[in-house]
Amino acid sequence: MPTDLSATHPNQPVPPIAPLPAPPRPVRGRSLWADAWRRLLRNRAAVAGATILVLMALACVAGPMLIPYALDDIFWDAIQAPPSLEAGHPFGTDANGRDLLVRTLHGGRVSLMVGLVATLVSLVIGVSYGAIAGYAGGRVDSVMMRVVDILYSLPFMFFVILLMVFFGRNILLIFVAIGAVEWLDMARIVRGQTLSIKRKEFIEAARAGGVHGFAIVRRHVIPNALGPVVVYMTLTVPKVILLESFLSFLGLGVQEPMTSWGVLISEGAANMEAAWWMLVFPAGFLAVALFSLNFIGDGVRDALDPRDR
Amino acid sequence: MLSYAVRRLLGAIPTLLVILTIAFFMIRLAPGGPFDDERTLPAEIEANMKAAYNLDQPLPVQYLRYLGGVLRGDFGPSFKYRDFTVNQLIWGGFPVSLRIGGIAIALAAVVGTTLGALAALRQNSGLDHGVMALAMTGITIPNFVVAPLLTLVLGVHLGLLPVGGYGDGSWRNLLLPVVALALPQIAYIARLTRASMIETLRSNFVRTARAKGLPEGTMLRRHALKGALLPVVSYLGPATAGIITGSVVIEQIFGIPGIGRYFVQGALNRDYTLVMGVVVFYGALIILFNLLVDLLYGALDPRVRYD
Amino acid sequence: MQDIPRMLGRLATGLALGIALTAAAMGVAQAEVVLRRGNGAEPATLDTHKSTGVPESYIQMDLFEGLLASDPEAKPIPGAAESWTISDDGTVYTFKLRSDAKWSDGSPVTAEDFVFSWRRLADPATASQYAFFIWPVKNGEAITKGEMPPDALAVEAVDQKTLKVTLRAPTPYFLSAQLHHALFPVSKANVEKFGADYLKPGNLVSNGAYTLAEHVPQSHVKLVKNPAYYGAKDVKVDTVYFYVTEDIDAELKRFRAGDLDATYEMPPQQIPWAKANMADSFRAPAYLGSYYYAFNLTHEPWKSNAKLRKAVSLAVDREILVEKITQAGELPAYGFVPPGIVNYQSATLDYAGMPQKDRDALAKKLFAEAGYGPGKPLDLEIFYNTNDRHKKIAIAVGGMLKQKLGINTTLTNQEWKVYLDARNQKTYKDVIRVGWIGDYNDPNTFLELLRGDIGPQNPAAYDNPRYNELLSKAGRTADLQERGRIMTEAEALMLEDHPIIPLYYYTRPLMVASYVKGWQDNILNYHPTRFITVQK
Repeated sequence: MPTDLSATHPNQPVPPIAPLPAPPRPVRGRSLWADAWRRLLRNRAAVAGATILVLMALACVAGPMLIPYALDDIFWDAIQAPPSLEAGHPFGTDANGRDLLVRTLHGGRVSLMVGLVATLVSLVIGVSYGAIAGYAGGRVDSVMMRVVDILYSLPFMFFVILLMVFFGRNILLIFVAIGAVEWLDMARIVRGQTLSIKRKEFIEAARAGGVHGFAIVRRHVIPNALGPVVVYMTLTVPKVILLESFLSFLGLGVQEPMTSWGVLISEGAANMEAAWWMLVFPAGFLAVALFSLNFIGDGVRDALDPRDR
Repeated sequence: MLSYAVRRLLGAIPTLLVILTIAFFMIRLAPGGPFDDERTLPAEIEANMKAAYNLDQPLPVQYLRYLGGVLRGDFGPSFKYRDFTVNQLIWGGFPVSLRIGGIAIALAAVVGTTLGALAALRQNSGLDHGVMALAMTGITIPNFVVAPLLTLVLGVHLGLLPVGGYGDGSWRNLLLPVVALALPQIAYIARLTRASMIETLRSNFVRTARAKGLPEGTMLRRHALKGALLPVVSYLGPATAGIITGSVVIEQIFGIPGIGRYFVQGALNRDYTLVMGVVVFYGALIILFNLLVDLLYGALDPRVRYD
Repeated sequence: MQDIPRMLGRLATGLALGIALTAAAMGVAQAEVVLRRGNGAEPATLDTHKSTGVPESYIQMDLFEGLLASDPEAKPIPGAAESWTISDDGTVYTFKLRSDAKWSDGSPVTAEDFVFSWRRLADPATASQYAFFIWPVKNGEAITKGEMPPDALAVEAVDQKTLKVTLRAPTPYFLSAQLHHALFPVSKANVEKFGADYLKPGNLVSNGAYTLAEHVPQSHVKLVKNPAYYGAKDVKVDTVYFYVTEDIDAELKRFRAGDLDATYEMPPQQIPWAKANMADSFRAPAYLGSYYYAFNLTHEPWKSNAKLRKAVSLAVDREILVEKITQAGELPAYGFVPPGIVNYQSATLDYAGMPQKDRDALAKKLFAEAGYGPGKPLDLEIFYNTNDRHKKIAIAVGGMLKQKLGINTTLTNQEWKVYLDARNQKTYKDVIRVGWIGDYNDPNTFLELLRGDIGPQNPAAYDNPRYNELLSKAGRTADLQERGRIMTEAEALMLEDHPIIPLYYYTRPLMVASYVKGWQDNILNYHPTRFITVQK
């Protein structure tokens, strides 16, 4: 039984000689992940994206401390005032006369956290679920996918309302609520990939080599399905960030005076003609964050692809 | 394959039953009932209301009664829209949602895969970057921003298209809602296609095909595109079911009489029968489209077997 | 699906009717006059006895006519009844119906139709949410409670055109209540013929200025002029569309694009813009409604601490609130019952005349006396249902309380049904937002809300036996002036207890195109289409 399959990259079809001989020398090759990391660092767009995202996160965390107003300070003489440096509101104020810069930064804390955590939750559940269903096939796959269909169909709003009724309002519930729906698409995509991957030669080889099912899924199936997964993940983040504002509508999301980009954007959208700044600034922040994330996503995808070496 | 499809369709019945059962009890757990309003009702009047809609019976009895109705194809009366039955509301609105959603998703599938494939073929070219930047923009801007922006510019200021309403369903009424619905979908599909196309183009069978000297066009059509569509198809199944059952945002902003808003309005009004109706209807569509997806897998990738 | 033949049948009838009406309209050489009204939410039902919402009531007002009708200013004028007499003790009303009152199928409107309709309203089998509108009539309440059969209702068709109604007690608002859709007549023959389907276009006959031509759920209701209406020759608008406009931003855009002639309401954040850019269309008439916050009196610190309640109430600057936040010309409220109600002088809070600076100082003093201050800060949660306007107000009030008294305010919003549940069960923590629009032009529609015995409806769980007693006494008083005085006394008594923080009296901001004539602002926002003309 091979002791270190990662030395041979999963994507390189293992020659159909089974069982594989043990590596002749005990030299460990660079692992897949270390290799990918090195390649990621060489991708300029990805590094730039990561830098911007980190700077943005830092600004959202530290920025509000540097600004002399709190996020709920009301300027009664500057209700819905346009951006003005002299007035001390570079992003203007909202319909309640609160500084929009502070609110945008505060909103970023919530949205970035929701975007990352809820996406990770959906990623972990979705990928493992989809890969197992697809690899196991047959009745297991059938049952697992029917469960996905059922969860798809259940009324999301009642799910949210019930979460709130039974557990009270809690920031963790936002992740639960969003994670619980967003992994479904991911699971379907990964399962689709797995169905195709599992018929490939290297999987057959590993199986013939006596590798345990779960190990195959973990070491061969998932790494090979990561391309679409990473891309889908970058698509999930914006969905999740905007879904959060819908949770606020139902009373589960963040509550005033706290805010999030999703909430700010929906307020701005309702007011885009009279107060463009209420839409443009939060939407701009969100767009920059998502573009950066996208570059990182593409970089990760490329880095994980061994044929790019 | 036929026997597989038949087996799956039969398997859909227990799945739907589970959906119906969980949803039925779930929505009754939420606080508030269909007849709660600003003015609380005198107890006697509330009792009359409940009796009129059989809500005074024990929950299991209500459940069996409801199930019996559904088996006969009767989803019961709407609790909120008292002049209509749930069947009338769904069958009145679904053709509209289907029309708008169907056009939008077909448009998105064609435009999205084309753009995605082109971007993948010219990876890292100006075209690729341009398409992907557009796609990212489409994903970043939510439809509750795009829709009012479109109506504001094209409807209010330029006066080119109606701002809202379905009218007689002419293209002028359809154009903006279809575009607003399709834009984010185009973006999603383009990105998914590009990613898996790049993956496919590098795989062995494409290399082999190229090595064999197969013309690039044939190779693309016969091999690359097919393989690249797998994740797109996975996505399209549930997405189609979702889009042809309408979008509450689009319907409210454009004043479209579809069924999308029943998912939200029904839930907010605690219109139990209406919510159950759209949930079961949507569940059936989800199952149907996921079956189609699985059948398409087989067509796209011969390695996938039905077992 | 077995309904299809029947639906086709109805469609055919509808088409035939439509063609007939079109032909009739074409006979007149003039172009068709069309009015397109934004009408808010999808009507829950057009059944006058079952509906509860405002959008429905606007449609029903055009379709049907009660014994009395609304004039352009929402004042009662003779409707289906041309005259009436009231017995000296105020309990027996005898209405004389117009001889030319007809249903849209040409048959006469009879006293028997009213008897049938009102019995239907009271009947538990109808399950009307507004059945209590018939409770002033003798035996009405017992019928709804199932203790008596519907035909025990004390309403009698003396002859074809004479209706005699016996009330259980003098009810001064009984005449103005006739403007409410719950008391409108439906055609007995029509309802008996079609059963539950009588409301479908083509089936429905109506006695108002219009008849039902189309009802497309989530899109619109279309009404056309009723040629059988006695006043048809004065009705200028031939066709009215009531569009479903659930998204108020989208509604405003449709108005601006010229697709609507009048809107149902206005997005609050667009009001300053509309005032600046579309001043000739923007209107914000006073509206019979009161917006206030209620304290949860079921527990401390609110239950027994009137000083604390008063301190919080004092610290809210209503002038700033209406000027900077709501911005639709609302009147700052220092009482509960809005002004403009006949035979009533609203009471006001004792500090109403004080400048805000002095109120703030007094608030601080009372707050300290109640035992709070920097050493012992107060936490206060403002609870409201999800809505832009409520959110803006809650943020502003929270800011004022924090700024002036150092109260740690938190805001909680919930969707409508969860909010109602919290209000009814009193599970909200401290303060809840409440709004109330009067059902009829009488102080009782407001004051009864704070009676101790009204049940969960009372948002504060306020219960002052003396207040309850005063209201009961007013209910027994036939003299309208005296009745009004007693109610003012009750309102003043309640305000001194500070169970609520009155914030403002409503206005009704909306857009009406300048070419729409005859649309007169009024406190109930009733605008029957028959008084409106369109002059483009």
